[in-house]
Amino acid sequence: MRDKRMTADEVVGEIKDGMTVGIGGWGSRRKPMALVKALLRSGVKDLTVVTYGGPDAGLLCAAGKVRKLVYGFVSLDSIPYDPWFKRARETASIEVLELDEGMFQTGLRAAGHRLPFLPIRAGLGSDVLKYAPELKTIRSPYDDGEELVAMPALKLDVALVHLNRADRHGNAQYLGPDPYFDDLFCLAADRRYVSCEQIVETFDGPPQTLLLNRMMVDGVVEAPGGAGFTSCVPDYGRDEALQREYAEAASDLEKWPDFYERFVG
Amino acid sequence: MSDITRAEVCVAACADLFLGAGETLASPMGLIPSLGAKLARLTTEPDLLLSDGEAFLLTPQSTVEGWLPYRKVFDVVAHGRRHVVMGANQVDRFGNQNISAIGDHARPTRQLLGFRGAPGNTVNHRTSYWVPRHSTRVLVEAVDVVSGVGYDRAAGPFHDVHRVVTNLAVLDFDTPDHSMRVVSVHPGVSVDEVQKQTSFPLVVQDVTETRLPTDEELELIRTRLDPGSKRDREVPQ
Repeated sequence: MRDKRMTADEVVGEIKDGMTVGIGGWGSRRKPMALVKALLRSGVKDLTVVTYGGPDAGLLCAAGKVRKLVYGFVSLDSIPYDPWFKRARETASIEVLELDEGMFQTGLRAAGHRLPFLPIRAGLGSDVLKYAPELKTIRSPYDDGEELVAMPALKLDVALVHLNRADRHGNAQYLGPDPYFDDLFCLAADRRYVSCEQIVETFDGPPQTLLLNRMMVDGVVEAPGGAGFTSCVPDYGRDEALQREYAEAASDLEKWPDFYERFVG
Repeated sequence: MSDITRAEVCVAACADLFLGAGETLASPMGLIPSLGAKLARLTTEPDLLLSDGEAFLLTPQSTVEGWLPYRKVFDVVAHGRRHVVMGANQVDRFGNQNISAIGDHARPTRQLLGFRGAPGNTVNHRTSYWVPRHSTRVLVEAVDVVSGVGYDRAAGPFHDVHRVVTNLAVLDFDTPDHSMRVVSVHPGVSVDEVQKQTSFPLVVQDVTETRLPTDEELELIRTRLDPGSKRDREVPQ
């Protein structure tokens, strides 16, 4: 079996200007921050970033990497709003596709199933469709004739996810309470990279925790602490002090360069 | 029991949102709705399901009785056995809600969370709103961005915006054109005050006073559910 171990910088070397990059996790939980930092250090630009957004969205906006952001929300969980995302929106410096969070999942599923769209009720009557006129509705071909949203596939060039354990072949395991949507991000993407707390020879724990199998992964990066300051339970919880520092620096452009230098390196 | 606080009246009003819910997932956002849902489960609605806010369903004794990661929450949303109580940066006379952005969506004066699950919640199952500071800035004639869908929009067969509980009153949409109506005002609050803090004319007919929590409910709120009185910080007396 193939050995897929790579460095974070080698992963980022696969990402080109203008690509669509999906980022796993949820809010400020199990974000592939080591891979995001490598992306921040790179020269890559004009990305479309697809994320259940947390500080990944804010940091990539701060570094001017984002041409377009696709999201259902951006939040730091214990801090409701991400200051860099707010600034990017309030200065209209990024394009956005703002979705209901169920529509977002449905778009990933459609991409993973190689379908042009999947129907969903969410979005009807709301302003999601008003601000994204490219989203269409479809009428049920059956007797009910119900009108539904035809959620288009959210196809990704690259998926970046962070799990607790992986082996060198790309099988990967989550040990926390929630898989989030990391498997769907991988199925929706052409190239799939997982960072992990630890590369292991064999897995402990129930096989149901093996979220990704090696068909779904092209590269594995061992990155202990690689989700910090977001949470990666049970290995570690969110570093609330560092997240507060991020949010405070992000709110104050004088403090920002110093924080960015220390955090991203 | 004496010295009943406004916060405790609001908790009981939130508990009453779940009357008749049975074996339904209650998804309260924020402290007062959470206390209300837990109070309902300990009194009138013992069959309610409640999560820990992460991925587990917990019994009143805090033992795990189920697993509900986000992807399964989305299944419950679509399946419909859920009653969410969401916050609202704005809510209007027909129950449209905004948690996305203030101002023009293309360049907001204030970016908020985003649509989150509001569009899906409101077209799939019962939805209520909790407003801790009832004011003309929150209760607006028309929301800037429609996140949660109101009664004046095509919203499909499962749309069911139930009630709005605020620090001043309980409101619903049980009127011929589904415009907002005052159901009850909290003790010490007048209908005039509620109207003054609302940007659009409210339907006012047969308004009652919001009920006080019972002695049993007060005991549960004060000694079991919120012994540190966090509720008084969300709704000052």
